[in-house]
Amino acid sequence: MHTPYRPRLHRYALATAAATLLLLVAGGLVTSNDAGLSVPDWPLSYGSLFPPMVGGIVYEHSHRVIAALVGLMTIGLAVWLARVEHRTWVRYLAYAALALVVLQGILGGLTVLFYMPRPISIAHATMAQIFFTTVAALALFTSQWWLTAATRPSTKASRRAVQFARLTTLTILAQLILGAAYRHGGLGITPHLLGAGAVLVATSWTNRLVRRADFAVGVVTRLRILLSSLVGTQILLGFGAWWAVVRNQQALQPLPEMVGLTVAHLACGALTLATATLLWLALHRVTMSAESADLRATIGSPALQEGGRR
Amino acid sequence: MKVHVMLILVSALLALGNLSCGKKEEAPTTQETPAAGKTVDPATAGTISGIVKFTGTPPPPVRLRMDADAACARMHAGAVQVREVETDASGGLARVVVYVKEGLEGYTFPPATEAIELDQEGCMYKPRVLAVRTGQPIEILNSDDTTHNIHPIPKVNREWNRSQPPKGEKIVDSFARQEVAIPVKCNIHPWMQAYIAVIAHPYFQVTGESGTFELKNLPPGTYTLEAWHEKLGTTTQQVTLGPNEAKTVEFVFQGS
Repeated sequence: MHTPYRPRLHRYALATAAATLLLLVAGGLVTSNDAGLSVPDWPLSYGSLFPPMVGGIVYEHSHRVIAALVGLMTIGLAVWLARVEHRTWVRYLAYAALALVVLQGILGGLTVLFYMPRPISIAHATMAQIFFTTVAALALFTSQWWLTAATRPSTKASRRAVQFARLTTLTILAQLILGAAYRHGGLGITPHLLGAGAVLVATSWTNRLVRRADFAVGVVTRLRILLSSLVGTQILLGFGAWWAVVRNQQALQPLPEMVGLTVAHLACGALTLATATLLWLALHRVTMSAESADLRATIGSPALQEGGRR
Repeated sequence: MKVHVMLILVSALLALGNLSCGKKEEAPTTQETPAAGKTVDPATAGTISGIVKFTGTPPPPVRLRMDADAACARMHAGAVQVREVETDASGGLARVVVYVKEGLEGYTFPPATEAIELDQEGCMYKPRVLAVRTGQPIEILNSDDTTHNIHPIPKVNREWNRSQPPKGEKIVDSFARQEVAIPVKCNIHPWMQAYIAVIAHPYFQVTGESGTFELKNLPPGTYTLEAWHEKLGTTTQQVTLGPNEAKTVEFVFQGS
């Protein structure tokens, strides 16, 4: 059964991803401003939906409000896909996204109620990145490009590029976990610095392999260039954030440059993981071999525009 | 398809149910009560007094930014500055907790029941450094026109985090185990910082502006005295005190 392109559904998925990125920034602001426990209760804030918005409460309660919005948008996305999506695996991915956002909300609550235990804070930070990437992937799967992209014969070079793109994605995920562990005091900086080196090597190698395989697909080229740019930016932001954190250690309150740089580093990390994942998926999409005809059938190509337009 | 929609709605409802039932029960506190032992004989008790000094150049005062809460900023006419290392003209170091760290094993002391006050005034803790006995009530006041949360971050005591509305009802709590010192934060106003030293016996004092201290009514014995400062860390000295003796000691913290 073919899956038609539904522009409104795709735009809604994009909006959910954008809201999730905003949520990540809001969460980063909570940690950087040391405001995680400025609201001592949960799920309500000071027993109400409208606490006094002063000091750290501004960050913590805004984070909760945006989280609730993202939760509702994810429920909407899952319901929408459950109703109209023909591809079973896309529906299941939407359910997985819903499960992730619910679990993420519970982890957030546990951080408040148990005074930010390190493992839960690290899990909460990691889960946020995974959830954002999942929603970004749903936006890709509902895009017109995904539904209509032409496949090309699989070659040894293209297969290697796909494998390395997957490896790069996993390396970035591991690096984000190391970053979260450093941020929440679970690990020192050394593993995160080594991880940065690994990400740089993996990304450069993937970039080289993708160029060599000569995919000649606009989306792939854009994602490849974006990924390299994000990794470069992220390394610069990382050093900046590290300098600011070290400088802030003796400070009596969070310094603006520390807050700005750490939150930018966090957001750029999320975008890097999502971009690497999308690149891997896009490469996978355009190099599907004849043997994966079953999968191609479930992808939905050739696509139909909503309303029956081809 | 409808089954899937139902599943989603049911899982969302279950999640909401979880959210509202997730309140953590506070762990019961068990106070350190030593077994009945020796008591101090006032006829032979002595005194250790002295001074804590700082040599070198103290770090400059740090300006606090209170603009995150207009109510806090309004309570101060000008810029608010904090000196983490506060000395007088002769180098006497203020806000140092001096206490007997070792040497009182086997003694028992009547519990301290008089409440000690910790106020929040001008979005600052007053006093910044407080010393109490284990189990001694601490009354936390909010004299400000803004909400505070009081969040002690102990290592061996029970952690808690409570909010207090503007000029709200006082919070009374205590710590069961010796710990020098517990940082106390307000996560609403991240510049607010206090330290509570919790000590299992009555031989301690927080130095005032002149850096002096006096530990009276100590039984004869050999003691390890520790001086703790929020920024400069700790330093110790051994002192042997004979019957009815008065000894003077001097602690020196070196600056950079």
